[in-house]
Amino acid sequence: MTINFGNPDRPNSYIGRTVPRPNARRLVEGRGRYVDDIVLPRMLHVAFVRSPHAHARILSVDTQEAAAVRGVRRIFTGTELAEHCTPWVAVLAHLKGLKSAPQHALAVDRVTWTGEAVVAVVADSRAAAEDGAALVEVEYDPLPVVTDIRTALDAATPLIHPDLGDNLTFRRLHEQGEVDTVFAEAHTVVEASFKTGRHTGVCLEPRSILADYNPAEGQMTVHHSTQAPHMMQSIIARHLDLPEGKVRVICGDVGGSYGIKVHVYPDEMATAAIAKAMGRPVKFIADRIESFTTDIHARDHEIDARIAIDGEGKILAIDVDDWTGIGPYSVYPRTSAIEGNQVVNLCGGPYDFAAYRARTTVVLQNKTPTCQYRAVGHPIAAAITEGLVDFAAEALGMDPVEIRRRNLIKDDAYPYTSPANMRFEGLSHHASLAKLLELMDYDGLRAEQAALREKGIYRGIGIASFIELTNPSPFMYGIGGARISAQDGCTVRMDPDGSVVAMSGVTEQGQGTEAMLAQVVAEAVGVPVGRVKVITGDTQTTPYGGGTWASRGAGIGGEAALQAGLALKESILTVAASMLQASAEGLDIVDGAVADKATGEARMPLEELGRIVYFRGDTLPKGLPRELVQTRHFITSDYPFAFTNGVQASYLEVDTETGFVKLLKHWCVEDCGRVINPQLVDEQIRGGIVQGIGGALYEECHYDEDGQLLNANMADYLVPMAAEMPDMVIGHVETPTKESVLGAKGAGEAGTAGAPAAVMNAINDALRPLGGRVTEMPFTPARILAALGTV
Amino acid sequence: MKAAAAGYIRANDLPHAISLLEQSRGEARILAGGQSLIASLNLRLAGETALIDINGVAELSGIELVGEQLRIGALTRHRELASSDLVARHVPAIAQAAPLIAHAAIRNRGTIGGSLAYADPAAELPACMLALDAQIVVRGPAGERRVRAGDFFVDLFTTDLAEDEMIVAVEVPVAVAGERQATMELARRSGDYALAGIVLVDRPSGVRAAFFGVGPTPILATGAMAAIDRGASPDEAAALLEGDLQPLDDVHAPAAVRLHLARVLLRRALAATRS
Amino acid sequence: MSDTAQSFPTRVDISLTVNGEPVDARVDVSRHLVDFLRLDLGLTGAHAGCEHGVCGACTLQVDGEIVRGCLMLAAQLDGAEVWTVEGLTETGALADLQAAFVERNALQCGFCTPGMLFAAADILAQGGQPSRVAIREHISGNYCRCTGYEAVVDAIETVAGARARGEEVSA
Repeated sequence: MTINFGNPDRPNSYIGRTVPRPNARRLVEGRGRYVDDIVLPRMLHVAFVRSPHAHARILSVDTQEAAAVRGVRRIFTGTELAEHCTPWVAVLAHLKGLKSAPQHALAVDRVTWTGEAVVAVVADSRAAAEDGAALVEVEYDPLPVVTDIRTALDAATPLIHPDLGDNLTFRRLHEQGEVDTVFAEAHTVVEASFKTGRHTGVCLEPRSILADYNPAEGQMTVHHSTQAPHMMQSIIARHLDLPEGKVRVICGDVGGSYGIKVHVYPDEMATAAIAKAMGRPVKFIADRIESFTTDIHARDHEIDARIAIDGEGKILAIDVDDWTGIGPYSVYPRTSAIEGNQVVNLCGGPYDFAAYRARTTVVLQNKTPTCQYRAVGHPIAAAITEGLVDFAAEALGMDPVEIRRRNLIKDDAYPYTSPANMRFEGLSHHASLAKLLELMDYDGLRAEQAALREKGIYRGIGIASFIELTNPSPFMYGIGGARISAQDGCTVRMDPDGSVVAMSGVTEQGQGTEAMLAQVVAEAVGVPVGRVKVITGDTQTTPYGGGTWASRGAGIGGEAALQAGLALKESILTVAASMLQASAEGLDIVDGAVADKATGEARMPLEELGRIVYFRGDTLPKGLPRELVQTRHFITSDYPFAFTNGVQASYLEVDTETGFVKLLKHWCVEDCGRVINPQLVDEQIRGGIVQGIGGALYEECHYDEDGQLLNANMADYLVPMAAEMPDMVIGHVETPTKESVLGAKGAGEAGTAGAPAAVMNAINDALRPLGGRVTEMPFTPARILAALGTV
Repeated sequence: MKAAAAGYIRANDLPHAISLLEQSRGEARILAGGQSLIASLNLRLAGETALIDINGVAELSGIELVGEQLRIGALTRHRELASSDLVARHVPAIAQAAPLIAHAAIRNRGTIGGSLAYADPAAELPACMLALDAQIVVRGPAGERRVRAGDFFVDLFTTDLAEDEMIVAVEVPVAVAGERQATMELARRSGDYALAGIVLVDRPSGVRAAFFGVGPTPILATGAMAAIDRGASPDEAAALLEGDLQPLDDVHAPAAVRLHLARVLLRRALAATRS
Repeated sequence: MSDTAQSFPTRVDISLTVNGEPVDARVDVSRHLVDFLRLDLGLTGAHAGCEHGVCGACTLQVDGEIVRGCLMLAAQLDGAEVWTVEGLTETGALADLQAAFVERNALQCGFCTPGMLFAAADILAQGGQPSRVAIREHISGNYCRCTGYEAVVDAIETVAGARARGEEVSA
């Protein structure tokens, strides 16, 4: 079955419309159910004693005084907990050479970053657990600390894990074409060094887990604030020595995730292990301070890059040397090599050029582990690429728009394989750029900018094209050996009253997954969207799936829902055809009733069909199929990833006296294929842009040379707030993927991918007449003043 | 994290509060607005302290004009400072400062007495007191005394208060005819502690410029003030701030940047008061 | 701890109203208002996002003014009148704002939303049609990591306009 998306007046046309989210009203009324809202009988709380040292040997642990605190029920050291939870090593087979050390839920004999969990104190209340934790005495012998990225591999630098032989966890060099020759012969070569600030996700709901082990049934039920319930089911089973079928992960409301909650955290594994060891429900809610030192960090990169162009501004070659520090362990199970790998895959991505070399060097440090955070690697690759392109335009005295027009991959050039060997099915860089320029009135802004410069007001316009990797196939994790499903499924069922229940393996984190699924199913089956109830986030009831990451919910979960809905419709019509003595092909379902396809005339409400099937099945012909439950799965197979594209623009003003930046407006045109719900897509883009702006202007984990995180609180780690953020204009070009009927690609990371580059280019555009340039994020007043030579 | 308070008593009146302070021998602290104190209790940074809640002590509230001085009770909330006609008319520097303090929900609870006793060097109100040459009215078992703002802020988070004393009010000289005042700051985000801030009190008899965020305490820029009074240009006065201020490096800005921003603020504040 | 400090009680009795209903409780003096509401009264609409007064997720109303729930102790609430999102939902006081938030998708994960609604209601209570700059400023003490804020500003602006025109916004 197909859907005529070109006809907005088609029956049940929910796909492409803004439909309110079914869960939003609950949330505005304070009726959300986050993990911390769940209280179970005999529930205990755990608090962790965490390492104050970035690297130290644990000499002794004395828990005697802590155990005497009223309400403290049990204390686990690393050695004790290791009997209940096996360690893990986060590598993927397809990332050649990636290595890491075994990591335990609690540090056993050595701590390797400030904040690493060392001892677990279990008590009747969180307060009592903290009282106990404060009294645990751990004696440490401090060891030399590795913090600097560029010297991590030097012979003089101590080894974090001596068994590994060095501090190199992964290195990849990709080379295409005669790069050195091209650079040697190019008309112009522009070089630049970039830094992206190590930052973190700051989900407003901290990481949360409530593990409930029932020894009588051998059943582990875990309420978890997570993006990947089935992945967690598999991992908890494996490391706690439980059959996978005896682990149920329930993911209710999640208070923000952005990639932070798709990883395995030692303290969460410890919580589950303690629940199993004690046979009681145990809750762990990270407090904000421990969130800063234990939630994954990301984007700690230092890059040297250069671009070769000819006299007409045509890009000839790009050469990137990326260095990143990931903390002491590769994070389980997705590994911490993916981000650097993405930088290699994505640099130069929007452009048509031939010679490309990129190397990433991924090193260990005694800092909080880093891993995948929203738009993994994209903001870094976009900043490198778009920064170089702007500097190249500057070198030639060319307008930044013009150099992009000359180099963006042509809209009719697809399928196209990039010099990084990424395969693009269909992108729309030129159409997107044209739409952006129109939306922002580029020429008008340039005129305004010039007029204001006369008055000593320095405004800048920054453009950034980008590509985004979405809808990943097993090429992302599965082929490397990780039990992370790239496939997803949906079960759709019609109940006697004609209402529809859809159960999906993708999850809701606030982005509107359930609304998206509801409207896809409503259109596919032919019922009002309000008649569809969506269930996600329960490994025991939903089809097996991957969850929510890499912008896969709509493209993969949505297609599974569409196919399941269409299958249910077919089943319903089979029954209806028998009841109405008509041919199924001549019938349709419109607005909750079986209708004549040709005339649209209603023939029978679905509740009547439901009544007959469920209660008077005796009146239907024997042997008539009456399966009003259908399940379909979807996996991409033609392309490893569905790439999307887009372009952003930032307009801002730099106070050249203070180095402060005022964001005036921001634009984004992106192409995520079929837009299922325009409002939800726009708000994903807006939210993503602001997270990207966070990286560009504010967010940075400051470490000292001893590996202490200096700003591990919300007052000192700055994230974007309402007062400083601009209004954002969002536009779309739609190039549906042909891999699915739905044609949807992902949209969740596009905003974050391009925003930092757009802001950087805008600041540099503002500073250009004064001769300053910034390439180190975040662009603080101090860095801008330094670029201006003021301080 | 969860707070670890060692005890709590609601003071009925001022003598009760003072007697509780005296009895506690330094192991209790005054709980006024609590917007810094409870945060530090929750973070378990404040030690296991007992709390004397003065929020029910009515005599500590209120703003009144007493002769040539505005008397502001210690329990006066930032929101009241921001909306008071008396403050706006007589000490506009405070009226300008109050809305810069954190956010609405914080300003509804935070008090002037609490802010001064906490003595955060990046806070607005201590610098206001210094620039305005206010007196801090302090009471302990031995009775009441007045401390000039210049003597009150001793060091980082450290004041002249003895452990059995509390702030009951401040007395701020009202602006004289021809006086202009300006409070300005440069904060990364609205409501953040500023990278640098200035309270400029520009009196016909002479200028007083107090800076915040550029040293361990609010600092009176005496060198720059004298230069301005001598008729130096704003640029010349700003150049002297290097000798007046003691900015420190931290995660938000290096000392040199804070000094630079203080110079910008001095020029801008002078431009505002002399426009 | 000295003997004198031990005379400070560690649990105190409070009588207050929460969402219009009288509540009597004996509370640990360390317990902040959010935990009191969540753990003792089962009112989970207020969220603990940072517990150091920065994120605003616990913003609610005490004695008619918005406060940070994590920066007040339950012990301080004797005689107080506390309103949470659950209570103001029942009275309908937030109905137009809630409807506008849903309509405009001014929330994603919803964790900040109850606090954000209180900040929004606070500026709306001042009457008139606040500028977008004023709205942004007034909610700048409330973190939202999902929306990028624009939808929140739009929703508040819409309700302010409707209220100023005397229109009913359907809940």
